[in-house]
Amino acid sequence: MFEYAPAPESASIVDIKPSYGLFIDGQFVDGSGAFKTINPATEEPLAEVALADAGDVDKAVAAARKAFKKWSKLPGKERGKYLFRIARILQERSRELAVLESIDNGKPIKESRDVDLPLVAAHFFYYAGWADKLGYAGFGPDPKPIGVAGQVIPWNFPLLMLAWKIAPALACGNTVVLKPAETTPLTALLFAEICQQADLPPGVVNIVTGAGETGSALVNHPGVDKVAFTGSTEVGRMIARSVAGTNKKVTLELGGKAANIIFEDAPIDQAVEGIVNGIFFNQGHVCCAGSRLLVQESVAEEVLDSLKRRMATLRVGDPLDKNTDIGAINSAEQLSRIRALAEIGESEADRWSPPCELPAKGFWFAPTVFTGVTQAHRIAQEEIFGPVLSVLTFRTPAEAVEKANNTPYGLSAGVWTEKGSRILKIADKLRAGVVWANTFNKFDPTSPFGGYKESGYGREGGRHGLEAYLNV
Amino acid sequence: MTALLTSPTNATLRAFLHGLPGVDAVGLEQRAASLGTRSIKTTSKAYALDLALRMVDLTTLEGADTPGKVRSLCAKALRPDPSDPECPPVAAVCVYPSMVPVAAEALKGSKVHLASVATAFPSGQAPLQVKLDDTRAAVQAGADEIDMVISRGAFLAGDYLHVYEEIAAVREACGDAHLKVILETGELATYDNIRRASWLAMMAGAHFIKTSTGKVSPAATLPTTLLMLEAVRDYLDQTGTKIGVKPAGGIRTSKDAIKYLVTVNEIAGPGWLDPDWFRFGASTLLNDLLMQRAKLRTGHYSGPDYMTVD
Repeated sequence: MFEYAPAPESASIVDIKPSYGLFIDGQFVDGSGAFKTINPATEEPLAEVALADAGDVDKAVAAARKAFKKWSKLPGKERGKYLFRIARILQERSRELAVLESIDNGKPIKESRDVDLPLVAAHFFYYAGWADKLGYAGFGPDPKPIGVAGQVIPWNFPLLMLAWKIAPALACGNTVVLKPAETTPLTALLFAEICQQADLPPGVVNIVTGAGETGSALVNHPGVDKVAFTGSTEVGRMIARSVAGTNKKVTLELGGKAANIIFEDAPIDQAVEGIVNGIFFNQGHVCCAGSRLLVQESVAEEVLDSLKRRMATLRVGDPLDKNTDIGAINSAEQLSRIRALAEIGESEADRWSPPCELPAKGFWFAPTVFTGVTQAHRIAQEEIFGPVLSVLTFRTPAEAVEKANNTPYGLSAGVWTEKGSRILKIADKLRAGVVWANTFNKFDPTSPFGGYKESGYGREGGRHGLEAYLNV
Repeated sequence: MTALLTSPTNATLRAFLHGLPGVDAVGLEQRAASLGTRSIKTTSKAYALDLALRMVDLTTLEGADTPGKVRSLCAKALRPDPSDPECPPVAAVCVYPSMVPVAAEALKGSKVHLASVATAFPSGQAPLQVKLDDTRAAVQAGADEIDMVISRGAFLAGDYLHVYEEIAAVREACGDAHLKVILETGELATYDNIRRASWLAMMAGAHFIKTSTGKVSPAATLPTTLLMLEAVRDYLDQTGTKIGVKPAGGIRTSKDAIKYLVTVNEIAGPGWLDPDWFRFGASTLLNDLLMQRAKLRTGHYSGPDYMTVD
């Protein structure tokens, strides 16, 4: 047998401090309390992180407001220079950031190294390029920034979501107060150090750490002109409610229950890869994950057999091992949610996982597939946000479209067929913000991303992503 | 498929081959690239190096080949690393038909196989009778493996029956010798064609499907080999017959060879991790494997002058 020996990426490249403060006005300052962030793969505490209360948030917003006066007047070319500088430092320190991301989040180093970090740098490079060309973006000759952006991001792609939020905001001349998720604050705090390293003027980027209350204080702060949120639909609804009646502009990027549609004329081997990448990438902690597989009945058996064979080769374990395909679930809370929904699934449909040994400590969930699922089942309706795939079948293209759209969400979808005309026809009928054809979970800073229906509103990325941060 | 094979026509072959699922080039290449990032260290590296070494078809296919050159190649095949008695021999020596008698003599009594290219290698542009005579001569002279080339022109023209019948005829001419069918993937141009050619060769009686002659660029690539490994995996599922795979040409480093072994392991499965089912057609690869092997054993690199040139 060809057993792969452990190939761990060294954790010594990153220096995790015992405690971290809040990043306000260019300085690290104490908060009003502290909480621990842990390594989800081992449950060991990593560091103490300052907790920001309403008063701390107030200071951060005040710092951002003060910095806005100068930053927004800076020529775009000069703002661009800062962003290019940040992008280059991100690249230079990418290994350090990738290791820290894997330690704090639980995602495999293969992904943080080859997906997250390259995309993070690419986002800064991309929006750095826009900073002096805003007059050509189609929003008038001299579009103005909005002001102070309050940004709340999730734990699934901590640094990438930070990049999606901060890069366009700064390029357009806004200043920001960002709150990372309470389970994954460390890379955002390392990013704060990078802002210092890049000599970014104090107050342009502020980072406040904490849980829901901190986020709520930020979103509801009267000094915030723009709210950007990525996370659950439930919290998104609360935010929409709380900003209603104010002048705040809002973009929300929320949940999803994407259909990945496999037609009988699909390139089957690559489609199976796409299914695996669609649902098991980042442990399925992906809002646009292809969590509902819709496969044409005539090839269902063949596709499922191939999928199961492929799943048996997935390597679950130490996120820092370079050969790990599936890492740890980010938190105990998320794990229990996945377990609860999987149990409901088991009462509704057939459950299957490949034989795989899970580590004793930490939060783990084996890649799982449910077959014989119907639209009426909860696992076909609710977002699980874990490595759990629901398989449904269809007979005709019309039925595929009907089932794909039969969800309150509308973030993404996938179409697999070798027939070009079918791709265009089906994509046109899918109510989803992103439709991937013969691929899945591909991201690019030049491409707008966002949802239909309960998956949120507004777009991030691309030229469209500028609109959210300009007074248009 | 059995009905198809009792009396195949060009129309039935075409219908079958064009009914195979398509190959998405971007997806295939991404899968190969991601397998290429597997990190194989320490014990698993030692295992992979030894396995790769045992899978080498040590090859010389030059117009300038002489009996002396072939004899020294055979000596190297038998004892790749004279300083290490633990070092296993390679799988086979691969030569032109005219050199088979020399090699047969040199390898006599060993377990190293003797492969000969045949059928007007590398172009295959000769009448069928010439190809069959070429094959029979090599087998009679002592080759127990024949590496034939398909008629790429006929394949590209859609004359699948011609290619099928040629392979079947060569297989018959091989007698007990094993038949490796070279698809020359670099000339087939598309992944869809490579998948079809793989199936055509397997259905016509190949024991092995082989990527390239080494005379055409690109020769073996990881995506191409991955695709052929999928073909043999699916063929076993559907027919119960197991076929081997041999990438040839362009694999020069241990690092590359290990990527291929990872791909074999994760695509076709551990059942193919054996010189009976997977081979490397290579010459310079062997010395790099020996150097990496010595590095693992001694902890330091010795340098190319410590490896025999042939």
